[in-house]
Amino acid sequence: MANWLRISSRTVANHIKKRMNKEFMGGAVHVNQSSGLWWGLNRGGPVSDRNRRHMDPLAWNRATLLCVQRFKTTLAEKQHDSFLSSDSDDDNQSVDFPGGKVSYTSEMSFISESSQTRVPCYRVLEDDGDLISDCDFQQVSKEDAVKMYSNMVTLQIMDNIFYEAQRQGRISFYLTSAGEEAISIASAAALSEQDIILPQYREPGVLLWRGFTLQEFADQCFGNKADYGKGRQMPIHYGSKKHNFFTISSPIATQLPQAAGIAYSLKMDNKKACVVSYIGDGGTSEGDFHAGLNFAAVMEAPVIFFCRNNGWAISTNVSEQFRSDGIVVKGRAYGIRSIRVDGNDALAVYSAVSAAREMAINEQRPILIEALTYRVGHHSTSDDSTKYRQLDEIVYWKKARNPVNRFRNWVQNIGWWSEQQETQLRNSVRKQLLEAIQVAEKTEKPPLSELFTDVYDHPPSNLEEQEKHLRETVTRHPKDYPSDISV
Amino acid sequence: MLTPFQYLLSGIYLTRYILYSRHELLLFEALQEGLEEEMERDIRVCVMGEDVGHYGGSYKVTKGLAKKFGDLRVLDTPIAENSFTGMGIGAAMTGLRPVVEGMNMGFLLLAFNQISNNCGMLHYTSGGQFTIPIVIRGPGGVGRQLGAEHSQRLESYFQSIPGIQMVACSTPYNAKGLMKAAIRSENPVILFEHVLLYNLKERIPDEDYICNLEEAEMVRPGEHVTILTYSRMRYHVMQAAKTLVNKGYDPEVIDIRSLKPFDLYTIGNSVKKTHRVLIVEECMRTGGIGASLIAAITENFNDYLDAPIMCLSSQDVPTPYAGTLEEVTVVQPAQIVTAVEQLCQ
Repeated sequence: MANWLRISSRTVANHIKKRMNKEFMGGAVHVNQSSGLWWGLNRGGPVSDRNRRHMDPLAWNRATLLCVQRFKTTLAEKQHDSFLSSDSDDDNQSVDFPGGKVSYTSEMSFISESSQTRVPCYRVLEDDGDLISDCDFQQVSKEDAVKMYSNMVTLQIMDNIFYEAQRQGRISFYLTSAGEEAISIASAAALSEQDIILPQYREPGVLLWRGFTLQEFADQCFGNKADYGKGRQMPIHYGSKKHNFFTISSPIATQLPQAAGIAYSLKMDNKKACVVSYIGDGGTSEGDFHAGLNFAAVMEAPVIFFCRNNGWAISTNVSEQFRSDGIVVKGRAYGIRSIRVDGNDALAVYSAVSAAREMAINEQRPILIEALTYRVGHHSTSDDSTKYRQLDEIVYWKKARNPVNRFRNWVQNIGWWSEQQETQLRNSVRKQLLEAIQVAEKTEKPPLSELFTDVYDHPPSNLEEQEKHLRETVTRHPKDYPSDISV
Repeated sequence: MLTPFQYLLSGIYLTRYILYSRHELLLFEALQEGLEEEMERDIRVCVMGEDVGHYGGSYKVTKGLAKKFGDLRVLDTPIAENSFTGMGIGAAMTGLRPVVEGMNMGFLLLAFNQISNNCGMLHYTSGGQFTIPIVIRGPGGVGRQLGAEHSQRLESYFQSIPGIQMVACSTPYNAKGLMKAAIRSENPVILFEHVLLYNLKERIPDEDYICNLEEAEMVRPGEHVTILTYSRMRYHVMQAAKTLVNKGYDPEVIDIRSLKPFDLYTIGNSVKKTHRVLIVEECMRTGGIGASLIAAITENFNDYLDAPIMCLSSQDVPTPYAGTLEEVTVVQPAQIVTAVEQLCQ
């Protein structure tokens, strides 16, 4: 029965395809709200049958269905062909190749390297925070909206204070999310606790949303004994199993194929959850980006690939990173549904991620979201971005296009937030942070014994020997080693 | 009519047959059997790699598994080693026990980033929160005219990575045992198989057994010299041993099996007995397993040595295609005989 559904929906889609043949080939990819091909929220508008198909209950028996589908792939192709050939005007000019039937043309034309217009960007709030009239968005409850805003403010203040702490020499390294607060908080707000996060490194907002305390952040940055990572990773490389936030690993884009693997695991367990993997614009140049997306598409894995296109990869501007129209157009190359969203619009990010999550889980497919934004801060404490970009560009984005201010205007205009609450929140967060830093600084570093644990499940004899040697050396020459190392 | 004595004998043989019943198979079948048994035993075990599904793997180690367990559990991946290894690591971190196959070990050089930076590290850098019980396996070593890129010996490159274990199988018995032990281990394990050993035949026990991942195997006890070897070179050593025995020597042959960590207990006991060590390996001279083994033995058992340790390795050249040239890049039995004679002077 599943096959019949596939054939009939394919035929419908094929007819639509034929009517807009040229456009489909590579012309403008307009995500037009009124066109029948809008894969967005089902709000009464026409939705293609292809979207509806996977909502049927049979799809739940995923493991076996996948088995059946895979074995029958070529068979279904043949049946489909015979079905189509009965149509009079169709397919009298088509050719069979591995991969399917393709129509041919005797007109030689190259697909243009770029479409006439760039893929438009989905936004819901104007720059000043007013809701755009007649827009499509996922409504947020007052509680969630206030939580989102408070978290964005907390993230801002946390970034400022930790950055200063690094400048004062109290921590060795820090990396801010300035300008991208809406991305991490709003995307986290649209997900459930069971969804697994594979971050790049500029998404601590997700952890913040999920309940990571300021003390826990500080402990990781100071690498003390209370750090869940036991002081083994550099600052901002957070990881928390209980928050389903996988430990950050410095090499770029390695998390993308891992995301496909985790989604594979979710598929095996038939869980109603998805994986969200973040990447920057620069990271999309890595080989792992190509393979991670390709794998997820082939495996029909429920992954949301969230690309934060903030314009800069350290000092490399996007124009030197790729020549395509951003990242969103790459989705189609892998057979992945994609959307471009205004990353500084918290509501737009929230809506897009909500919709993406539903599609990823219900239809078992990957989704690509490109969030356009701007990296207001430096790449990290290791560089000074004024050396490679204009100061007024930075100031413009910081002042006029600030996502936190924009969202605040919206929340205040509906009466869910006030100036008083603003001052109260900022003061309280600042105080908590300073306290957390003080506590974290005073907390002991992890003991020597933790240097050799967790390399394997149990320390092997050679590591035990190395530990013994080291312990003896430190005990014998205490003056040559830091005094706060507990042996 | 049988005499009481004959009854007794037949009774003993029958008991032995039942208790120690065995079946004969080839090494690749032993690997397949081990994998299949573990997949039946634990639903979390899954296989991923290129052409492992319906094709059954380049050396047929995963033959029949896709049919039995479905093609989600035995997954055919696109050609991207770094990515399906990364995928395996991600799956392992969420509770699955993947067995990742490199079609040829040499291709896993593309997965070095994931193996070194993530597989070996994430258990440690996450403070123990995430475990990676993955098995990475594949055929490696110098084959018959496969060309330089298909004749890699990766044990040299991977041996430094903290957090992983490395084992090399050499017989159907230890292949099955090591495969099962690697799958059951909580640590990431790299299992090195050899392209030329897949068709070795042996009778292995019917009952469930595993081999210890950190143990070396005593192949031939002896008194005069300790020969340490692994994988295919074990067979060259045993061939040389025959000649040596005829010449009056009594070599002790140990298949070290565990390349990381070394089984210094078994090795040490042997060194204390014979006082002479010869290492015969297939990886290159520079930075190979032999180099590390020499360092480990010298550090720990220097007082027991009567002569400097000798190490026979492959030449430091990319493996040539021409058969005659290829033969002389690896250690041949004649060299082993000469080395022992030199050692025992």
